[in-house]
This record gives sequence, C-alpha cells and structure tokens, in this order.
Amino acid sequence: MLEETLILFRNIRNPDYDKSLKGYKKAGGLKALKQALEMQPDEIVQLTKDSGLRGRGGAGFPTGLKWSFMAKDTGKPTYLVCNADESEPGTCKDRELMLHDPHQFLEGMMISCLAIGCRHGYIYVRGEYWPSIKSLNAALQELYDDGILGKKLLGKGPKLDLTVHPGAGAYICGEETALLDSIEGKRGHPRVKPPFPAVSGFNACPTTVNNVETLTCLPFIVNEGAEAFKAFGPENNAGPHLISLSGHVNKPGVYEVRLDANLKDIIYDFGGGIPNGKQLKGVIPGGASSSVLTADEIDVTYSFDALAQAGTMMGSAAIMVFDEDTDVVKLLHRIVRFFSHESCGQCTPCREGTHWARMIIRDFLNGNGNEHKLKRLHRVGGNMMGTTVCALGDACGMPIQSFTTKFADEFRDVQALAA
Amino acid sequence: MDAFPTEIVRFELDGKTIEALPGESILQAAQRTGSEIPHLCYKAGYRPDGNCRACVVEIDGERVLAPSCCRNPKEGMQVNSQSERALHSQKMVVELLLSDMPEQGKSPYTQRSELDIWAEKLGVVQPRFAGRQQPVQDISHPAISVQLDACIQCTRCVRACREVQVNDVIGYANRGDHSTIVFDLNDPLGVSTCVACGECVQACPTGALMPSDNVGLEVSDKTVASSCPYCGVGCLLTYDVKDNRILRVEGREGPANKSRLCVKGRYGFDYVHHPDRLTQPQIRCEGVPKTVELLNPSDFDKVFRPASWEEALEVAASGLKRIRDEQGPQALAGFGCAKGSNEEAYLLQKLVRTGFGNNNIDHCTRLCHASSVVALLEGIGSGAVSNPFTDVEDAEVIMVVGSNTPVNHPVAATFFKNAAQAGKDLILIDPRRIDLARYASYSLQFNPDTDVALFNALMHTIVEEGLCNEEYLAKYTEGFDALKENLKDYSPEGMAKVCGIPAETLREVARRYATAKSSIIFWGMGVSQHIHGTDNARCLIALALMTGQIGRPGTGLHPLRGQNNVQGASDMGLIPMVFPDYKPVGDPTAKHFFEKLWGTTLDPNPGLTVVEITEEIHKRNIKGLYIMGENPAMSDPNLNHTREALARLEHFVIQDIFPTETAGFADVILPTSAFPEKTGTFTNTNRQVQLGRQALEPPGDSRQDWWIIQEMAKRLGLSWNYRGVPDVFEEIRKATPSMAGITWDRLEQDHSVTYPCENEGDPGDPVIFTDGFPTPSGRGKFVPAKFSQAAELPNEEFPYVFITGRQLEHWHTGSMTRRAGVLDAIEPLPIVSVNPSDLGQLGVDAGTTLTVQSRRGKLTAFARGDHGVPEGNVYMSFAYNEAAANLITTDRLDPFGKIPEFKFCAVKLSAGGDPAPRLV
Repeated sequence: MLEETLILFRNIRNPDYDKSLKGYKKAGGLKALKQALEMQPDEIVQLTKDSGLRGRGGAGFPTGLKWSFMAKDTGKPTYLVCNADESEPGTCKDRELMLHDPHQFLEGMMISCLAIGCRHGYIYVRGEYWPSIKSLNAALQELYDDGILGKKLLGKGPKLDLTVHPGAGAYICGEETALLDSIEGKRGHPRVKPPFPAVSGFNACPTTVNNVETLTCLPFIVNEGAEAFKAFGPENNAGPHLISLSGHVNKPGVYEVRLDANLKDIIYDFGGGIPNGKQLKGVIPGGASSSVLTADEIDVTYSFDALAQAGTMMGSAAIMVFDEDTDVVKLLHRIVRFFSHESCGQCTPCREGTHWARMIIRDFLNGNGNEHKLKRLHRVGGNMMGTTVCALGDACGMPIQSFTTKFADEFRDVQALAA
Repeated sequence: MDAFPTEIVRFELDGKTIEALPGESILQAAQRTGSEIPHLCYKAGYRPDGNCRACVVEIDGERVLAPSCCRNPKEGMQVNSQSERALHSQKMVVELLLSDMPEQGKSPYTQRSELDIWAEKLGVVQPRFAGRQQPVQDISHPAISVQLDACIQCTRCVRACREVQVNDVIGYANRGDHSTIVFDLNDPLGVSTCVACGECVQACPTGALMPSDNVGLEVSDKTVASSCPYCGVGCLLTYDVKDNRILRVEGREGPANKSRLCVKGRYGFDYVHHPDRLTQPQIRCEGVPKTVELLNPSDFDKVFRPASWEEALEVAASGLKRIRDEQGPQALAGFGCAKGSNEEAYLLQKLVRTGFGNNNIDHCTRLCHASSVVALLEGIGSGAVSNPFTDVEDAEVIMVVGSNTPVNHPVAATFFKNAAQAGKDLILIDPRRIDLARYASYSLQFNPDTDVALFNALMHTIVEEGLCNEEYLAKYTEGFDALKENLKDYSPEGMAKVCGIPAETLREVARRYATAKSSIIFWGMGVSQHIHGTDNARCLIALALMTGQIGRPGTGLHPLRGQNNVQGASDMGLIPMVFPDYKPVGDPTAKHFFEKLWGTTLDPNPGLTVVEITEEIHKRNIKGLYIMGENPAMSDPNLNHTREALARLEHFVIQDIFPTETAGFADVILPTSAFPEKTGTFTNTNRQVQLGRQALEPPGDSRQDWWIIQEMAKRLGLSWNYRGVPDVFEEIRKATPSMAGITWDRLEQDHSVTYPCENEGDPGDPVIFTDGFPTPSGRGKFVPAKFSQAAELPNEEFPYVFITGRQLEHWHTGSMTRRAGVLDAIEPLPIVSVNPSDLGQLGVDAGTTLTVQSRRGKLTAFARGDHGVPEGNVYMSFAYNEAAANLITTDRLDPFGKIPEFKFCAVKLSAGGDPAPRLV
C-alpha cells in the first residue's frame, strides 16, 4: 500500500496546522531561510544542483542548472518570477500549497531569490485562483509586518520585495515568456527563443521562472541537505512530488508521492480504483498535453525518466483516468478544443493547426470521418510539434498523435456507427 | 532576437558552407548567398517576429525546428532547410494559410501576393482543408481598403504601425483562430485614428491591406525611382506608372526615410492628373481689370485666352523688358519657389540677377526659416543643419521646439518616436500639446511669444549650476561674457510666470539637455515665424554652443526645413542678399567671381525680400513681377494688402501647373511641369542632394520649367544655351564649392549624396562643425537676446491669439493637396482648432462655423475642438482659399530675417457665419 511522503504536505496534512506566519514559525519554518542567508549564492545553487531537483511545472528541467544559466555581470537587475499560473487541465497542486501553506512556498521563494541575486520577485498567479491570491497577499503582508521582507531580508540580508501579479485568464500566460510579457503589461505572447529568459527575460533582464512546487522544495533541501532530497526517488528523479489525481477514480485529490511509485498503485491505492466496478480504459499521465497510456501501459514507474521511456511524460503530474465507457473521440475533441481556444494565435502551425484539428475531429463526431481524415488529423498534429514558437503546439500535437494511434479503431467505430 | 554575432561566422546550409556577416540571421545569410528559404512574416528592415513558421529549418542537435529569420548562425552550425521535416513544415504552413484565402486560391487583391509566390514554389496547389467564414471588406477609408479574408496574421502591419511608424493604430486582437487585425478598438479603418501613412499597405504580403480602388490589380508599364515633392524630409520613393498615370507609390530605401512615407507622399500624387492642370499658355484678355477679388475658376475663360508659346513668351518677356528699360532694373522683381529643383532655382536667380539686373529675388524661405538662417549665419557661419535628423539614433536627449513634426515632417517624426521608444528623452517645447507628447519625457506647453524668456531661463540655469562645457567654450566660442551678463535677469524662478512653466521643470530640462552625452535640437516655424524669430534662434544656438552639444554625432542644431527643396533653393542663391553658396552680393570677391562665371556685371546691392517687394509693389515702385510656382495670394501675410499689391502690378508673369489664386492676377500664365514630370536635384533638410526623376509626360503643351526660364532669358537678351538639366547642374558645381564634388553620374547611381562634398569621390559630411565653424574667427559667436513681445498683443476687443501652421493632409496653400483626391477626402473643409472650453464659452459646437476676425481681415471656418490648443488660442492652417488664414495674419517683420509673424496676432471669435465659396 502506497503512502504519502509528507514533506511538502507536512503541514497541510496536519489538521491542527495554523497557516499564519506565527503558526509556520512554530512548525519550524524560516529555519532554512536563516541558514540560506549565511550561505553564498553559489552555494545555494550548488546545493540545489546536488539535490537533483527538477522543475515541477511540466518540463522537468534541473532547477540548479537553470539558475546557473543566469547571465552574470550584465549591470542589470536579475529577477525570479514564480509561475503560479497553474492552468494545465487536471493540475491543482500549486493551489493547495498557496492556499494552505503559503509561508512554506514563500520561504522557498526567498531562498531562491538569494540564490540568483534577485531583489524583487514576482509571483504570477492564475487569475481564477482568487483565494490563493488573497492567501499569498495576506502572507506577504505578515512577512513585511514582521520585517522579514523589505529593505533588509530578515532584518540583516539584502533588500527583497515580493509582488503578487494576478493573471487574467489566459492559459498561454503559463508559458514562461508569455507570462513575462503579461507581467510587463503586454498581451501574453510567447517569445521566440533564444534568447532565453536567463539572458533576457522580465524587462529584458536576466530572469528565472520557477514553478510554485519547485520553489517549495527549497526549505527542505536547505534544512536536510541534497542527499535527503535525492532519497525520495530513483537516480535523476529526485524528491517528493505532488500529483493531481482526477477522472474516474474513487478518491481524486492531490497526493505527495515518491518518484519510484508505480502509476497503477497510485491509481488503485491513492485513487481507490475505478468507480462502479468499471474497467480502466486509459490514463493521461501528465496533464492534457501528455500522450495517453492505454490500460495495458499503466504498469510503469511514475517518474520523469520512466514515463519518458514509456513514450509520454510526467508534465505537471496531473493524472487523469478514464473508464471503459469513455468516448475517446469526444475526449480528444474536448482536449483539442481547449488548446484551440487557448492558442495565442501568434504562429501559424498552432493557430491554424489547432483549429483544423478541432474541425476534423468534429467531422468524426458528426459521422463525417474517414480514413483520409484520420491520417490528416495525425499529420496536422505532427506538424504542430516542434514547429511552433512555444510548446503549446507540442501540447496539442501529442494527445492528437497518441489518441489517433492508440485508439485509431475507436475513430473508425465512430465512422462506422455514423455510416 | 538572440544577440547577433559581431564577426563573420561560417556555417553549413543544406550541405554548403556559407558565411554570415555580423548581424545576419540564417535567413538573411541564405538570401544574400542565393539560397531561398520560404518566409512570410519576415520583412527586411522590420524586427523579425518568427510567427509564420514558413522559414523553419532543422538545426543539427536541436529537437525543434528553428525560425531562420530569428536565428543567428553559430560557427560550424549544420542547418538544413530542405530536409523532409523542414520542407514538410514549410509546406504545411503555406497550405494552412492558403486554405483560408478567398476561393482557397490566389489573393484576389494583389498581383504580388507573397503567399501565392511561395505556394507556387513549394508546389502547394489545392489545400486539403475547408475554407471558413471570413470577415467582410472594410472600405471606409479613402486611401486604404481592408480585406481581412486575405489576412494571414503575419503581423507585418502591426509592426509597421507600432514599431516603424509608431502610430499605434493597428493591433492584434482575440486568440487562436479568432485572431484578427484591428484598428483602434476594432473600429472601421475610416473612423479610426489612422493617419494613412500606408506603411501597413506596403508591408502586407497578401493584399489584405491595399490602396483603395483595386489599383493593386493593375499591371504597371514601368516603375521609376524618384523622391517626394512634399516636405523637407526628402523621402525616396518608386512610382508605378501605367498609361502616363501614377498607379501607386511605394517607399524606397533612402537615407532619410528607410522606405517610409506619409499620407501625402503615398496617396497625394493624383493632383498631377487633375482637370485644372494648365496645358496651354494663357494671356490676359485685353481690358480685363485686376481687382482684389480672387478669380473664380469658372470665370477663367473670361479673363484669359489661350495663346501659342511663341506669343506668350514674347508678351511675357517684352513686358518685363519694357519696364526694365523704361523704369530701371529696380522696378522688377522675381519670386522663386522651394518646390522647384536646384537647377530651376539656380536659373531663376541667374535670370533675375543677369536679366533683370538686380537682386530682387526671393522665395518662400522668407516665410519659413529666414530668421533661423540669419541667426545661424551670424552665429556659426552656415545656414544649413549641423546633423541629419536620423542622428536621433545617437542622441540621448532630443529637444523639439516649435515643430509639430508628425504633421509637418511625418517621416522624420517616426525616427523621433523610434528613438523615444528606445529610451531616449524627448523634450517638447511648444504652446500646443502635439501628438508627439505621448512619447515625450517633457512637454513644455509654454505661453506663446515667450520663447526668449524660456530659453534664457534654461541658459541661466546652465550657467548658474556650472553645467557649461568650459573646454568647448574656450576652444570654439566667443562672446560668452556678454551672453552671461544678459542671462542674469532670466532666472527660471523669475521667468516661470512669464512663460507659464514651473521653475523646477525649466531647471530639470536645462540639466538634462546640458549633461546628456549628446543632445540635439530640432526646431520649426514656431521658433522662426515671430518678429523675434532671429532672437529665438540665437538662443537655441547659444544653448548648443555653451554646452558643447554640437559637432558630434547625436548633437547639433537642426532647423527642420519645410519644403522639399527649401535648403537647395537657398543654397542656389534664391535670396536677395546672397549669391549661390551664401556669398554676400556686396562682397567684391564674390561679385567678381560670379561676374566672371556669368559673363556680366552684377548689382552689388542686396535686393528686397518677399514682403518688402509686396510693399514696394503696393507703393508702385516695383511694376513688373515674375513668379515661378509661388502663391503669395495665399501664402503671404495680411492677404488683403498682398492681393491689392498684386492687382497693382503693371506686368505680371507666372509659371505654374495650376491656375492658382495668384495666377488670377497675372498677365501671362506659362503652363509648366509637375514634380513627377521632370528631372532635377532636390536638397532635403539633411543636406542630402537627391534625384527626382521624370516618370510622366507633362500634359498638353505644358513645358519644363528650366526650358521656360531659358526662353525668357533669351528674350531678355541673354545668350543661354543649356541643353538640359545636367548642363545646369554642371554649372551649379562651379558656382557652389560645397557641392563641387557631386557629379550627375554619382547621383544617378547613388540617388542621394550629402554635401559638403567638395571633391569628387568625397563621401559627403553628414556631421559638420566637428572642429570649429566657418566664421572669420573659426569660432561660434554668442548673440544675447532680450525678451520682447509680439507685434500685436491680445486686448479686450481682440482677446484671442491666432496661430497659423499646417496640417498633415494639406500642403501649404493647398494648390496641390486640395486637388489630390485622397487628401481632400480626408480633410475637405477649412478647420479652425480651438480649445473645447473656449468653444463652450463661445457657445459653438464642434463642427459648426466660427468666424475669426483680426484688424486686417475676417474668415469663417468650421470649429474643431482640440485639447492640445491652449485656452485663449486658436490654430489654423493656411491651405483653404475659402477661409484663408493669412487674411488674418500681420505683416509685421522680424528686423533681421524679415520674416512675418505668422505665429501670433490678436483676433476675436464669434459663433456662426457663412464660409466663402471654395475656389478649387
């Protein structure tokens, strides 16, 4: 039977936890920040590198390495921007952290600001997360009132300000460069890379964009050390990880797991299996943009590398389960409709491709599908991948390609049914 | 955009090693070396955006395809634009875009759709995707038609409008497949804030934005590379000509315009095809009296009769000759024109000096920058600009004084806005809040007429706070002590009340200007057209000298010249006190030089200026007048007086393309060629000598201006024998040492050469005064100026201040632009701009009529509310003969520059009134 690791959720799972600054301190909070203040920035970066922490936003890029890319000696300020625009369908883990234990996250953010020499950090929160925004602002106010943030961090460190910036409802603003445009007051359009934000990001200054959960790992890493963090998973897949489990399971929710757990166990142990005794048909393992796994493929270690090996990805660790009664053509239509609606409209393959993909799937739903269209749908999906300004093209292309490959017969069935 | 490499790199493209120059993207390097990569959203000169993805290439070692327009090659990089994956992606992009074209085929709006070109090259024929609902055509604008069914969302128009011309009208709205181009807040183009520069049309690759009336579908016979006839910016352009008509105009890469144009230069050419064009010489009918009233064009045939060239030239010349011989040379005068070429200006002043026998030759420079030129000649020994306006790129601080640049020099203004967007400080000093203010760090809306008080306060601050450039002062200037003494009385605190700007703001601006690494000053007629215009300019010169903000890139003094060739016409000596190249007529050496060059004796006395000539005509001392192109019956101050003078002329010959308001007073009218019908050189505000090339045959029996002048010369007893324009240019090189190095061949080849260019092969100096000044001492001279007031101050009876100027769509007296269909459609009625609170007090609704009256005249025009006009002031352009602003203005002159005070006189306003009938 799988059990939660309770590192990030240590406080949240404690029913008596008081999430105020006072309560957080009582639970041992801010120790890591004090310690980090005694460290050189490079030491924090090295520690993070050693911990093997990989980004929890979707790409799984090593965090310490990302920090080390920050352009040096540019004469410009450097920025840490926290991406709290949690919008990937099925993902709701950052919300838990911001709502129920904001200080742990903020402590992580402060430590990270020290690591990259940031004097003003921004937290870009999904606009619909109003309660989280309120929770963060209240927590920030406590930190300022207590003299922790402001002119001198903890009363003795460098100046540090943190600002919460609410988004305005665009999925694309979760893409890091669109997010930066949005904070700058522009329309959120992903930027052409290179240059990457570490060279030219917010206001054309060196910038790191990190996810909420990623930053929340920092206090533990500083307190307990790199090795302790690494122990929560196999080689190269360090640390506890929050997963958002949803769909046809008995106990949906956010769980904290080791990265050597088995996907099947997650679904059946944490999720309590499929409701009404139905059979499982498939799993979307890492948010709407990850390739689908069929029932036969779910006996896989839920880690970055194992999932990649299985031809999919961990993404934002949003596991969506669907049962035997699910119409996969409708499901794909719903996913593609989402991406088509959220495409920023900037580049051709995505703007046109998501539209056409949706139109072709609609043909299938209307009984107008055929073998040609199935092939064309597959190709449109393929053409979006690796050709667009940002990863939204890939995000829409991957489900299209995997659904049309793994569930091709169901597309043909719809067609037959209509005929 | 990634940081571009600073040195040459070698990389492999499709198996071939090629070199990329510093700053080149993969796409640019490929293009230069003859490889083709499809591209749609990339346009040379624009920021690459990488959105269309038609130019994607595969780079070894990279997972995703890269947009070659945005990617800098690295040494040894292996790039493949022809791989299966890259080609497949490129084709898919084209196919997806083609599927949404009308009828899924070629663009029905242009013959040059880049999408069609690439579809053909890539072999994409029939898209496999169904077309979808598309927006309907928007033809609400007179100049530009919008058909978004052909739009491929490449955003070239967005970049054109927001980043190149910086008008911020076009935006990108909605998301995903709903993405669309919008004007302002999704308004029809015709009611948006579009200024019709047409940059977006030039940028659009598919014909979604086109000139109206489907001219984009017509095939031209030829294209001609030329320049623009309107303002002093000197944009280069290309005409598309069909059947001796200009179909359309595109901006061409030129040093002053980088392919940009404004509404006049792009859509203002059909005046040349207007039915009013004069096509045959006309002689005034026997016994038709001359009155002050303007001639109604419908009565033209009752006043004039057509004549042969032989007869007309004979009548014209004999009349002048008779006056000269009977009453002496001083009874004759000539007005040239800053719209004519250098060659025409040169010939005309030579005609007057050698044929008439006096120096009574002047032109409209007298009405625009005469005072600036006087101050510049006196202070730094040269009347031309020190630096080109494109130097704003190197400037830290850009000060614009008395210039509504986006209206009068629209393309120059785009460079100012580019600079402001790049973070440079733009400081505006103008009583009106002009559109540039949106980009300015400071906009000083000071009280009209208090220029000297304001400038002296700035200089006072610089002296008091020790911000002078002492080293520069010691090395390059003289007379500073007198200036310093004069400045004592002008503390910002004392002047704040006078000019209406807080003392601290004055101090901040002074500090910013003085301490910046490079500061440049631009000024327009807000400075020059005052009776203290010369004093105003003296102050600006002193500002630059005391801070050493001159003689380096990004610094200097730049009086923005108004007409396309006002710089050249002045250089050619079309002014009464100097020969070509500003050699004083009283200087014996100069006189001797020109007597030798022209083989005759010359009058050593300076002649009279424009308004002085009018006055002498009025007094019947001058009896004969020859005009090339000028329109004093509209352009000169106190028009009732001016027109009275014109009516008193015994013999008046005019050469023009239209029966202008002035032509109605003539005895002989000689029909001539419009700008696109002739070849010649024109010198812009940057001192760039540029070629205007003939694209059309003149209509009917109208002739070339240079030919007409030569025929007049012959009939006045001169033995001229120029075979063509290049002949005249050769003589100009001899007469004007600063242009001696410019050859006709070089102009043919380079289109534009900057003077000074003294020897053949010299590159030409864009920045001058780098080591002192062409004054006798080699130093710049400070000339102190004391605050003085306008000739006519408001009082109880005439409580408002009347300011004249121009507007974007209409050029000067409107003779060209009111006959240009698009321009006239955009601004068809005479407008007087008033602050809305004044309108409220007067009980006048915007759009209804308002009568303006001064001590000299009265007019009725349509009121327009304009928050940029300060309370107590009214503003009007002088383009409308039915409400000629110069009926109101005063003819009091600046004592040095002899320029009238167009920018200030007292008027009263009353609601209502009937506008006079329009005479065009």
